[in-house]
Formats: sequence, structure tokens, C-alpha cells
Amino acid sequence: MYQKVLLAADGSDHSLRSADHAIALANKGDRPHIDVIYVVDGDKSKTDVLHYGNTNLIHSKRKEKLAPVEEKLKEHNFSYKVHVKHGEPGPTIVKFANDGDYDCLVVGSRGLNQLQTMVLGSVSHKVAKRVQCPVMIVK
Amino acid sequence: MNIAKLKNEWFGNVRGDVLAGIVVALALIPEAIAFSIIAGLDPMVGLYASFSMAVVIAFMGGRPGMISAATGAMALLMVTLVANHGLEYLLATTILTGIIQILFGFSKLSRLMKFIPRSVMVGFVNALAILIFMSQIEHFEGEGWMMYALVGLTLFIIYMMPKLTKAVPSTLIAIIIVSALAIFIGADVRTVGDMGALPDTLPVFLIPEIPLTLETLTIIFPYALALSIVGLLESMLTATIVDDMTDTESNKDKECRGQGYANVATGFLGGMAGCAMIGQSVINVKSGGSGRLSSLVAGVFLMFLILVLGDLVVQIPMAALAGVMIMVSISTFDWNSVKMMTKVPKSDTTVMVVTVATVVITHDLSKGVLAGVVLSAIFFAAKISKVKVTEKMGRSASEKIYYVDGQLFFASVTDFTKSFDYQADGVQEVNIDLSNAHIWDDSAVEAVEKVRAKFEQKDVKVSLSGLNKESTQLMNKLQGLSSGH
Repeated sequence: MYQKVLLAADGSDHSLRSADHAIALANKGDRPHIDVIYVVDGDKSKTDVLHYGNTNLIHSKRKEKLAPVEEKLKEHNFSYKVHVKHGEPGPTIVKFANDGDYDCLVVGSRGLNQLQTMVLGSVSHKVAKRVQCPVMIVK
Repeated sequence: MNIAKLKNEWFGNVRGDVLAGIVVALALIPEAIAFSIIAGLDPMVGLYASFSMAVVIAFMGGRPGMISAATGAMALLMVTLVANHGLEYLLATTILTGIIQILFGFSKLSRLMKFIPRSVMVGFVNALAILIFMSQIEHFEGEGWMMYALVGLTLFIIYMMPKLTKAVPSTLIAIIIVSALAIFIGADVRTVGDMGALPDTLPVFLIPEIPLTLETLTIIFPYALALSIVGLLESMLTATIVDDMTDTESNKDKECRGQGYANVATGFLGGMAGCAMIGQSVINVKSGGSGRLSSLVAGVFLMFLILVLGDLVVQIPMAALAGVMIMVSISTFDWNSVKMMTKVPKSDTTVMVVTVATVVITHDLSKGVLAGVVLSAIFFAAKISKVKVTEKMGRSASEKIYYVDGQLFFASVTDFTKSFDYQADGVQEVNIDLSNAHIWDDSAVEAVEKVRAKFEQKDVKVSLSGLNKESTQLMNKLQGLSSGH
């Protein structure tokens, strides 16, 4: 049922758990493929450029961040591809998910309290509303 | 120039660029006014500068999608010049700054930027944030609770508004609401109009009225040099951020020259020196701007608004502008560097803190950068001059092997020669393994020879092994010379 799964990840412990769920979902398919999307927003661009300076170093640092997720996928012998995209996380994930033909999107919800949710907004909630395929929000 | 590429840079994203340009123009107005006031100038000077920088960079810049205008970093550098010599000298300095930047661009000096350590760059933005914040404190002096209330309200709106809509910059909404409120309740607070004149015409081409003497040059050159360096530093940093955000490459040397042309034009049009702005460029890209058109639209629309709405702009209370500047300083500051303080090497933190402290004390960003670069060069030399020598017994009791790990050059040779035990009993043979070492200069060659000589005095046979190719070449080349005396 779930052949092609999109996993939104940023390398956090939270996104590692999302990876477990994505693997469990896709494992049922006969030729499963997982696309991993990591979205870099403007503020992240700014900090990364400030701290690492050159573009090559920034790229390798970002890859390093996603290494634990990649490890997991390699362990399970999955066919996978990592996509690093730039923009606001919510809309970028939505566009990527809707442009590709995915059977499911797996996205983590940040463990925010009520105040933080009010101030920062919930990316996973906005994404769930606008993505056309089924969405799994990992708590 | 490739016509297809140029066409794409201008018209590849018309809708996005026009909308983003309008958003940027709205966000630029309060900043341009506030930066002029920081420099001790009429708001007019910063507005003309923002117009001319944005328009010229649209045509001449190397990084489409980046926004240049009057900036805090540049404003802070010109305070004493303006106070001591006045506007005309500043305009001349601005033109000279542009000329220096054009020369930098042609000589491809932008490549030197990579020698500026990251911790100095972090110190630079943090110091900039602190200076912008400090520059706002004077607006609070002698003011009543109304000032604090209005600044608080401004900040509240700036940070809460994006929850409702992101279409209009929240700083603009905050300024409109706070100005309307202040006018409505007739609050007795200072306004932009109290700070100086606003433009009521388009800028005109004027040659600064200064005596063209050597004395003038000695006054303006140091300022122009500092402005060029700081302007290029912030512009290169911003260009790399825009590169990353848009996932494209850009021509840094062309951007250097573009900044120069823009500053020359700005000086003749009666504006203060400017450079690229990190905050505004991020707003531009986030709002969908990525081409040259957005910068042009931003500049033209800004001028249009000021000419049409000048009478309203003078009524903006200083409290609202101070609120915007406090927001600018909070978002400029790299909060990550505070979080990371315990994780990064102590030397990096020291360099960052020294850079910040130097700027805060001297009020000069270029001096901070210089102090940071010098200090990190010292740290680097100290780090690299550490040589580790470990000794091991060889195959027989009479043989000893020394493993040398590190760079051998003038700063490390003293430690190197001291690391050997010349008095060991029963040792007849010593092997010095240099496979993890590199010999860089004649002091290093001499040091190796000295170690050999010291052992040979005690009738110990010395052999070298593991020398890499370059080190061997240097040894052979210099050995003849050093054994000569």
C-alpha cells in the first residue's frame, strides 16, 4: 500500500523517530522507496553561512546532520534519496509532497508547549491540512 | 554578457520580484531613516542612499536578489566624521569608498575574505547588533513612560503580527499603528520631523563642496578605507547567504565592483555610503524575490512613497523607530553563538569576544575585525607550533626511535630541540621518524641538524626517516648552506 514515502527530517531525535515510522510503513511494500526532505529556512541559512562560511563546508555539515537518518535507511536496505530544499519549512514540504506522487508523508511534530505553538505555529498542522496524500504526524 | 542569462536575471521572476520589491521598500523606509539618525544626519541622506544603492546595484551587482541600501554598519562608522566635518565631507568619503571598492573588485581582493575567520565574522555581527541597540538608548534619555509604552507596543506588534499575516512587513504595520495612536492621543513625543529634513524632490547630481587638498584626503581616506572593508565584508557575507537561500552561485568580484559603483553614484546623489543588508535580503528572498528587478522596484518604490507620503512620515514618533531598531539588533545578533559557547574551542570564543569588545569600546567595526584577525592569527600560530615528540625503544636496547608529530618552522623549533633526551645511557643509535612532520623553513632544517650534531657529540648515530618530498627537497637545498658556517 505504501510504496513511495516522503519523510521530512532535520536530523533531530524527533525526526529519527519519524524515520522509524516511515521505515515501518514502507517495509510492507514490495519495492519501497523513501525520499528524505530537509528544509533550510532563511534563519538557518544565515547561521550556517556565518559559522561555516564556504558553501562546500555548509553542504557537508548538513549531510552530517542527516547521517543518523541515512544510517537507519541503509540498515534496512532501503532505496532512498536525500533532498535539501530552501524556504519556509511548511510550504516547501507541501509543494514537494504534492509535486511528487507519494503514498504517504511522515512528519514529526515538535514537542512544543501551548505558548510555543501559539507563537511559532505548528508546521505539522499546516502541512497536514494542505498535503494531498495521507499524512502521518509522529508525536 | 550573455543576453539570455541577463534577460533571465531581470525578467525570469517578474511577479515575485515586483511583490518582494514592494515589501522590501516598505521595510527599508524606517531603517533608512533610523540609520541616518544614528549617523547624525537628516533622514533625507539615508533615504537618498537607499534609493540610489538599490537602483544601481540592480544593474551593476553580482548577486541578483540581494538588497543593498543605507546600513547600520556603515552609519556607525561615519558618526565622528559627520560630527567633526559635516555632510559634504561624508559625501566625498562615500565616493572615495566606492572607488576603493571598485579597485578591490578588479584586483579580486574579495578572495582575501576567506582569511577572515568565522569567529571574527560572528563577532562582527554581534558587535553590530550591540552597537545598533546602544545607539537607541539616547532616544530614551529624559523621556517619560509614554516613550517606553510606545516602544513596547511597537515591539509587541512586530513580533505578534506575523501570526496573523505575513503579506505586509510587521514593522510597517507597527509603525502605522503606533504613529496613528500617538497622533490620536496627542502624545508629547519626539517625531522623525524633529530629527531633520525629509526629501521633497528626487536626488540631484552634485559634486561635494570640499577643498580638493591633501589635507582633505588625509581626513577622509581612513574613513573611506574602513567603510570599504566593512561594506564589502557585510556584502560578501550577505551574498553567500543569498547564494545558499536560493541555491545558486554568484560572482563575488562583480558584486565588489557593483558595491563600488553604487557608492560612487550615492555620494554624487547626496546619500551616505551603504552596503548589502542581511535582514532585508532575507526578507526579499522570503517574499519571493530572486532577480535584479526586485532591487530596482524596492529603490524606486521607496522614493515614490517618500515623495508622496513625506508629510505623514515626519509624524512617525521616534519611539516607533526605536522599536524597529531594537528588533533589527535582536535579529542581527547571532544567538546561536551564545548557545554554542561551551561547545566551540575556547580560542574561537575568545576571538569572538575580543572582536565584540574592541568594537564596543572603539565604536569602529573595522578595528574589531582587525583585532579579531590578528588574535586568531596568533592563536593559529600557537596551535600549529605545538610539536609532539614521542620516544620508543627500538629493536635493541641501544636503539631509540623518536616519532615527531607536527609542523617544524621558526616558531616550533625551540620546543622541538628540547624534546630529545641527549643524555640517555647506552644509546648508540637514534632514529628520528618524521613521517607525521613537515619541514617548512631553514630554522627547521637547522634545528634538525642541531639535534643530529648534539647526538653525534655523544657518539650516537642519527638517522632520519619518513621525510616527505617537500621536506627532503628543503633539507637538501639548505643543508649545504647551513653546514657552510
